[in-house]
Amino acid sequence: MIERESRIRVLVALSGGVDSAVAAALLVEQGYEVVGAMLRLWAEDRPGTARANRCCTPEAVHRARRVTDRLDIPFYLINTEAIFKAQVVDYFITEYGAGRTPNPCIPCNRYIRFGLLLSRALAYEATFLATGHYARVRHVAGRYQLLRGRDQHKDQSYFLHTLTQEQLAHVLFPVGELTKEEVRALARQRGLPVAEQPESQDICFLADGDYRRFLAHQASHLFQPGPIRNTSGRVIGQHQGLPAYTIGQRKGLGVTAAEPLYVLAIEPAENTLIVGTAKELGQDECLVEGMHYVSEETPTAVFRATAQIRYRARPVAVTMTPLPDKKAHVRFAYPQRDITPGQFLVLYDGEVVLGGGHICKAQESML
Amino acid sequence: MSTPEHHIYLDHSATTPVDPRVIEAMTPHWREVFGNSESSHAFGQEAASVLEQARQTVADVLGCRPAEIVFTGSGTEADNLALRGAAWAARQSGRGNHIVTTPIEHHAVGHTVDQLRDLFGFEVTRVPVDEYGHVDPDDVAAAIRADTILVSVMTANNEIGTVQRLFRIGQICRERGIVFHTDAIQAAGWLPLELDDSNVDLLALSAHKFYGPKGIGLLHVRRDTPLVPAITGGVHERGRRPGTVNVAGAVGLATALRLAEEERVAECARLRRLRDRLIEGVLALIPDSRLTGHPIHRLAHHASFAFRGVEGESVVLSLDLAGIAASSGAACAEGEPEPSSVLTAIGLPPDWSIGSLRLTLGRSNDEADVARVLEVLPGIVERLRVSG
Repeated sequence: MIERESRIRVLVALSGGVDSAVAAALLVEQGYEVVGAMLRLWAEDRPGTARANRCCTPEAVHRARRVTDRLDIPFYLINTEAIFKAQVVDYFITEYGAGRTPNPCIPCNRYIRFGLLLSRALAYEATFLATGHYARVRHVAGRYQLLRGRDQHKDQSYFLHTLTQEQLAHVLFPVGELTKEEVRALARQRGLPVAEQPESQDICFLADGDYRRFLAHQASHLFQPGPIRNTSGRVIGQHQGLPAYTIGQRKGLGVTAAEPLYVLAIEPAENTLIVGTAKELGQDECLVEGMHYVSEETPTAVFRATAQIRYRARPVAVTMTPLPDKKAHVRFAYPQRDITPGQFLVLYDGEVVLGGGHICKAQESML
Repeated sequence: MSTPEHHIYLDHSATTPVDPRVIEAMTPHWREVFGNSESSHAFGQEAASVLEQARQTVADVLGCRPAEIVFTGSGTEADNLALRGAAWAARQSGRGNHIVTTPIEHHAVGHTVDQLRDLFGFEVTRVPVDEYGHVDPDDVAAAIRADTILVSVMTANNEIGTVQRLFRIGQICRERGIVFHTDAIQAAGWLPLELDDSNVDLLALSAHKFYGPKGIGLLHVRRDTPLVPAITGGVHERGRRPGTVNVAGAVGLATALRLAEEERVAECARLRRLRDRLIEGVLALIPDSRLTGHPIHRLAHHASFAFRGVEGESVVLSLDLAGIAASSGAACAEGEPEPSSVLTAIGLPPDWSIGSLRLTLGRSNDEADVARVLEVLPGIVERLRVSG
């Protein structure tokens, strides 16, 4: 009993997938007192079917339970539906309504996993919250750094760029030093029943993965047909409602032209879609809002970094000019085709995550 | 996950361990006396005889006729059979279309009534309850209309432990010729269920709430109460609940019910003392805490609380990590989003109703268990309040 009570308690957020299962297994082997937890998140009501968020379907709960059985650790479902609806789903709908393309995984990590769940973990007298993210934390000179995961194909540091020093002091990413193949091998060696579980990528609260259908159902008022204009202002077609489009989109515009046309801008104030040619698509600057710096030291001078403007985007060199009110101006080394308002721009210095913010304007000529 | 040996179990309203004497009584009925009670041969006759003995035992405890007992697969199923059976029978004879119930029923009743309304066109009135969860019989009388065919009021509430004044409600129904159903699943084993002195027509109970096995319940159907089967099939239970009867389960239920009744008075007195110590301790040690349900008219083993500004689910999780098994409201609500309709119905404001904790005592508990709760619970609530 004495030995048990002296162990450091870790709450592991389980998803029913292989990464968090291996994270839990490694922590058990490292001698922590491990407690498994799964978030119950908001899901759409669909008549005649069980409500199912992909992150906590009955199948996922079943798999997580089998993993915790195997590891002989407790397992709890933690209901976060109300806060998830407010901070993630409503945000998702509002952003589309404002003509932006949101990334709901970022506020989910910020407010749910590393917000509510972390504060719960501490209240449950755990010292750490662990997840199956491919990212690393390093303690250097009294500060915590967030680093990319060792597996460059799986790196998920992009989704974690909002973490604060206080949060980083209490998080563990046990698979961050591993590759996906190594994780699967460890799962197989340990007989974890999720070793061959396929990846899930879609947005968890969309019942069928179709966000346009979801928005039409949840917020039909956002779908007002309006004009499609080219860059000289001429109306060349009609759109079905702005949430159906994203920057750089080519398919489904319903406009015929001499050369392929792409969505250049979404203007909710005029309910207008602006399209243009591939040549017109690129921008080499943008404005970012809500900048968070992982070091919690806000730079005051111009600095260089690399940036990703989407989760899977190739990192590109940028020159950053910090502005008041947590804003920053970004100049890219070369034009980017799909700078999308609402998406997050995450800054890196090599492997180290510097921070990030959300893109508010693709073009910012106020400087 | 293996259960820690030193865990304290304080969730007897969710379920109970099977009494070893019950297991012993059931044992022959897996392999030796295994026949289908409707088969005409010797094996079937043997099973039928055992089944009818069990039925007689139950009837003796409940004060009813053996033929009025219908074994079902669970307490939920018994409630379903009662409500659908009575409503459909009324539909068949064109007697009316209106059901009266309360907002504090278990989902086994609440969701069944909702389905009768939504899919079958019945009209439903839910009479209010007071701050303790009591239904006023006059409100039931006032809700009854010319086309009312069924009244359903639970005997004792699972979340807040309040015991209803059923006799008067039953009288009102009897005077008007309306079928009266009560979900007695939380009450069986804890309250005297004297059907001969009651006005109850349909009464549901479930064995695993009083140290019997899971997977067996029963519905008492007073003679001449019109009932259409909710499950259709063969001739078992005289067609009212078709499906080969779980004879071992029926024996288990009957044995558990008899034992619970024999020990009821002494055990209730013992647990009532522990319960009151627990209630006094919690209310004294934890600021912004309150008892939910009635302080006196409540189940002897049942203590339920609300803590302002704390999520009950978090309290339950923290208690479990400290080796104490409790629940927040109903066991089936684990991880469910909806606020408790019971706590809403008794008028508890939302900042209180999220913080519900239910501690239900049983045979395994003693004073040391109560002391342990009082040792760890105040700190848990305090930590959760600080964390927000």
